[in-house]
Amino acid sequence: MTGALQIEALTVGYGGAPVLHDVSFALAPGEVVALLGANGAGKTTLLRTLVGLVAATAGTLRLDAGDLRTLRTEERARRGLALVPDGQSVVAELTVEENLHLGALWRHRGRARTRAVDEIFTLFAPLARRRDSAGHQLSGGERQMLALGRALIAEPVVLALDEPSLGLAPLVVAQLMGTLREAARQRGLTVLLAEQNVTSALSIADRGVVLDLGRIVADAPADQLAADETLRHAYLGF
Amino acid sequence: MTRLFPRLAGTPRVLVVAGILTLLAIGGTFLLDPYRNFQLATAAAYFCAIGGLTLLVGLSGQLSLGHAALMAAGGYGYALTSIALTGAGLAGAGRFVIALVAGVVAASVLGLLLGLAGARLRGPYLAGLTLAFVIALPAVTSVFSGVFRGDQGLQTAYEPVPELLNRLIALEQWQAWVAIGVTSVVTTALALVRRGAGGLRMRAVRDDETAARLNGVAVRRVKVTAFTVSAAAAGAGGAVLCFVTQSVSPGGYTLAFSLLLLVGAVVGGLGSLGGAAIGAAVIVLLPWVLSLLAGSLDLPAELAQRLSGNLSVLVFGLLLIVVMLVRPGGLAGAFGGRRRGPWVRRSSTSPEPAEAPAPASPSPSPQKQFLAQER
Amino acid sequence: MDRLLFLFATGLARGAVFALFALSLVLIWRAARIINFAQGAMALVATYLAFAVTGLTGSYAAGLAAGILGGAAIGWAIERGVMRHAPHSTPLAGVIVAIGLVMVLQSLLGIVFGPQYRPMAAPFDETPIFLGGVPVLSPYDLFILVVALGVMGLLAVLFTRTSLGLQLRASAFAPEVSRMLGVRVDRMVTIGWMLSAAVAALAALLLIPTELGLNPHSTDMLFVYAFTVAVVGGLDSPVGALVGGLTVGVVISLVTGYLGSTVAPIGVLVLLVVVLLVRPGGVFSMREARTA
Repeated sequence: MTGALQIEALTVGYGGAPVLHDVSFALAPGEVVALLGANGAGKTTLLRTLVGLVAATAGTLRLDAGDLRTLRTEERARRGLALVPDGQSVVAELTVEENLHLGALWRHRGRARTRAVDEIFTLFAPLARRRDSAGHQLSGGERQMLALGRALIAEPVVLALDEPSLGLAPLVVAQLMGTLREAARQRGLTVLLAEQNVTSALSIADRGVVLDLGRIVADAPADQLAADETLRHAYLGF
Repeated sequence: MTRLFPRLAGTPRVLVVAGILTLLAIGGTFLLDPYRNFQLATAAAYFCAIGGLTLLVGLSGQLSLGHAALMAAGGYGYALTSIALTGAGLAGAGRFVIALVAGVVAASVLGLLLGLAGARLRGPYLAGLTLAFVIALPAVTSVFSGVFRGDQGLQTAYEPVPELLNRLIALEQWQAWVAIGVTSVVTTALALVRRGAGGLRMRAVRDDETAARLNGVAVRRVKVTAFTVSAAAAGAGGAVLCFVTQSVSPGGYTLAFSLLLLVGAVVGGLGSLGGAAIGAAVIVLLPWVLSLLAGSLDLPAELAQRLSGNLSVLVFGLLLIVVMLVRPGGLAGAFGGRRRGPWVRRSSTSPEPAEAPAPASPSPSPQKQFLAQER
Repeated sequence: MDRLLFLFATGLARGAVFALFALSLVLIWRAARIINFAQGAMALVATYLAFAVTGLTGSYAAGLAAGILGGAAIGWAIERGVMRHAPHSTPLAGVIVAIGLVMVLQSLLGIVFGPQYRPMAAPFDETPIFLGGVPVLSPYDLFILVVALGVMGLLAVLFTRTSLGLQLRASAFAPEVSRMLGVRVDRMVTIGWMLSAAVAALAALLLIPTELGLNPHSTDMLFVYAFTVAVVGGLDSPVGALVGGLTVGVVISLVTGYLGSTVAPIGVLVLLVVVLLVRPGGVFSMREARTA
């Protein structure tokens, strides 16, 4: 499994105004791609379709040449596709440790699982301090750390994240992005990062893909995108 | 129903349609023998109750399993008043009307209390409350047996055919006329509520309480009003039943009967008054048809004994399940009526789903998510 | 005073059964987010099965085992065969389907077994033990308490200390997120139904030998009591089910003892209304799941 993701002619939604229209792009193994666009452009829909929570109307989705569209969400997760969704995804009623165990259940057993949990605690030291706290007792930054750690613990090959910086203080965002970049590089992860925070996303990405009203309007190396003022003004608001 | 009299609209239309249907029904009584007229009268009484129930569940989204008890309240209210008035020397139309009103009021009061208790509850909890309510009814009649005479129940004097019509029609036909008349008034009132602002508010509350509240709808008041109106209709039905059978007792208003009313509402299509009429007919006729069928087979006595009663419940239960799984809109939906009703929740941001629940809804609102795969 | 102690103690035993049944409702609420109105009828089928097996083999234990396994099987069948296909957009649909199931199951039992009350033998003596001349509990009541509390303890361990329990809880709290983490949520829902039905069957099996006899309506009141317990304790709280169950059991026992058994349903209704008006959140519930 290398983590090559292929999206072709993906269309989601009915009737005259589909939410996603003919979206095509690919992720090479180990690439970090920023998925950018204004609110409502379709970033969340794309990620949810990728993971199987939304049904595509047309198009293909392949992970390492295996067709994803015939699989349910939990089977796609077991193929190595992980999503850190937007908003609250930490299971509030479970403890930090239980959340991590939950993420590792299908992948590791027994002692291997405990080791995997400890690895995540090493990666995210603040979480280790809160291992027995319930999800709803964590701060925003801690929750995102937990969500990320929980996604990483199952050793995915493709990691998708939906606006992980939302609602977090700039310092926390910087830390989170740094850890993400490091972890991705170490594990050879392919990353698809949907963000409204364009600067921080492009700062760790190799490439950027811009969505506007459900269509791709740009697909270019990150530094090129960051320098292209017309594009930024037109679609990214600055 | 929209295909009849397309040029009329609103209230006049409802009244005209109701008037015509009533005349048809009364005309129909001449074609039926006494036992059929008795069945017709019973079906009319059920129609009142089922009409109220279908509006309650279909329009305001509140599930009541206790409508039999509300009918019983109507019946007991009618009976007690009728007996008291007979004691005071009153008879005829006056006695009937006053007793009928008393029955409706009794049921409405009970409905109001129940509605108040349940207004803050979500569906299944309200259902459970009404379940406890209908199960407690026999106990109430036993504990206060001085007034309610326990299991025996109360008997009322029957209203004979008025002198003018004495030679033209028999008792059962007369009773059917009275039943049809009361039912007509009650269900027309329900139809007017349904089409009016009240019905609109109820539907708003059913679909999305939060949105309704934000739009200025007094959610609690609407729910309680819906319950009270529905109870009044059930009470009228109960009073009519007592008028037709001249008796009321707890045995006639059991949980099983409550469930039967629900079957009538669901099979006909929740929220549809036409469906309520169909449902009433079904719950009166089907047991009779089944018993004919069972009788025609040569069954050993014990099996026949076990089948009687149980067979119709079995069929009704199956009907309930099948209708809910296959065609939640009920039979009325087959005639081009509204198929949506309470089964499709509208999300404020997603596009209007087609007939079946849509497989995808891009809206991120957590409460209104539809999953892509079936659970 | 003696009477009070006896009523209190038997109330606790009955209450343990109500708590167990209420716990099965909590299980199904957590697994499928519905109040399963058919729970009583499903437990009833399992009880008839146990009755038949005991009749054939002469062994109470065999009957008990058959009943519990039968309950699990019924839970599986109903989830897969019926509930899965019901519209999910509102909870009312599930309730109506459940009611249809009640009608079907009860009438089928009536057709197959008839309306007679069939006495079920208890494995232990049902006459009360006397402590210092005061009647307290019967050996069977003690058995009920031990089994009910024991099973509740086992379930607590299952849910809090095993991987399966973790998956069951996660699937109930956050089904979407659990799917994203590779949890086979549909399977967890089915297991939840099976567990819930087995527990409900056990509760019915414990209770019915203390009544007049097994008949197609044996579990109607049990459902109403358990529902009341769920209201008192909060439908998503196992602790609430336990405390609520014991409370309702004692209250009903006292009402029946001092005011007669016909008043019991009224007592339940009053209790329901009072709790709903005064503390609609339930005593222990974690979330305001029931109010608008």
